[in-house]
Amino acid sequence: MADPGPGRRGPLVVRWVGAFGRFWWDFLIGDTPELFAGVVVVLGILALLCLRPGLRTAAALAAPVLVAGVLTASVHRAARRRGP
Amino acid sequence: MLVAAATPTGAAVLVTAVFLASAVEMVEALTIVLAVGVTRGWRSALEGAAAALAALGALVAAFGPALVHWVPLSVLRLIVGGLLLVFGLQWLRKAVLRAAGLKAKHDEDAIFAEQVAELSAGRPPSGRDATAFAVAFKGVFLEGLEVVVIVLTLGTTSHRLGLATLAAVAAVSVVAVAGLVVHRQLSGVPENAMKMGVGLMLVSFGTFWSAEGVHATWPGSDLAIPALVAFYGFMAWLLVAALRNHAAPRSDGLASTGGPARG
Repeated sequence: MADPGPGRRGPLVVRWVGAFGRFWWDFLIGDTPELFAGVVVVLGILALLCLRPGLRTAAALAAPVLVAGVLTASVHRAARRRGP
Repeated sequence: MLVAAATPTGAAVLVTAVFLASAVEMVEALTIVLAVGVTRGWRSALEGAAAALAALGALVAAFGPALVHWVPLSVLRLIVGGLLLVFGLQWLRKAVLRAAGLKAKHDEDAIFAEQVAELSAGRPPSGRDATAFAVAFKGVFLEGLEVVVIVLTLGTTSHRLGLATLAAVAAVSVVAVAGLVVHRQLSGVPENAMKMGVGLMLVSFGTFWSAEGVHATWPGSDLAIPALVAFYGFMAWLLVAALRNHAAPRSDGLASTGGPARG
């Protein structure tokens, strides 16, 4: 593809912001969006549980179980995609 | 509980996590620098690597204290914990898939050969080599950015930024010295095992801090961290065993070997 030339690439700041956004997108989401979404959901559930002070220890105990569930789902998804 | 890494146990896990993560990333960076040095000359390769390390150090110095001073601790822990969880789960997922044979292992020899072939295409100039400088800088900077994120997140949240930085510097030094001694890529390093270990620790710290960020209460306080490492280690072992059992009856070449895996 032909080089669009410096005039059509946009200002340096825009390119830097774009590159910065792409870095974080690749860093956090990349090819495993289910992990990012899963973590957001887990943190939401924990935050809801912690609204009731009596459930704060239960929330801590539930955290690793929920996170392990996210990992299992993602690994299962990857294995299925490589399936027969 | 105020500071997770205030106890010897927390500090040890923190140092181990930062050291292993930094070592793994620096092995990948070293492979690139060695390929550049062998093909294009050492001066520009080492200058590029040094410039990248200086830039990474400046990032830590600029953002570390700012994060600690301006962001409330509970917010910092929630955000940092979430970041570590996502990041750690990505590492752990890859390590589990590689251990189960469902993903190609990271092959430093193949990456080294690929880099050498690419860089050999152009004749290196006699003086400073901009290509060598740029490739070495980019390789070290991009691999090092992950280290910076780990150092900043683990260091600031535990209020042990100095200790985390020292662990990273120690790892970089060890890998650099090893590279000088063997003078070739470190293909013998058990990278997948190290990545599994780092993933376990990042996920454990991430779980601990993100839960604290939403005001969950951990039984046993800091002792919950090694318990979390053990729990996730058991889960990873279960997953690898289950995937191996699932894949064993099939002999249709599930293990992907389509070239050197990166990351």
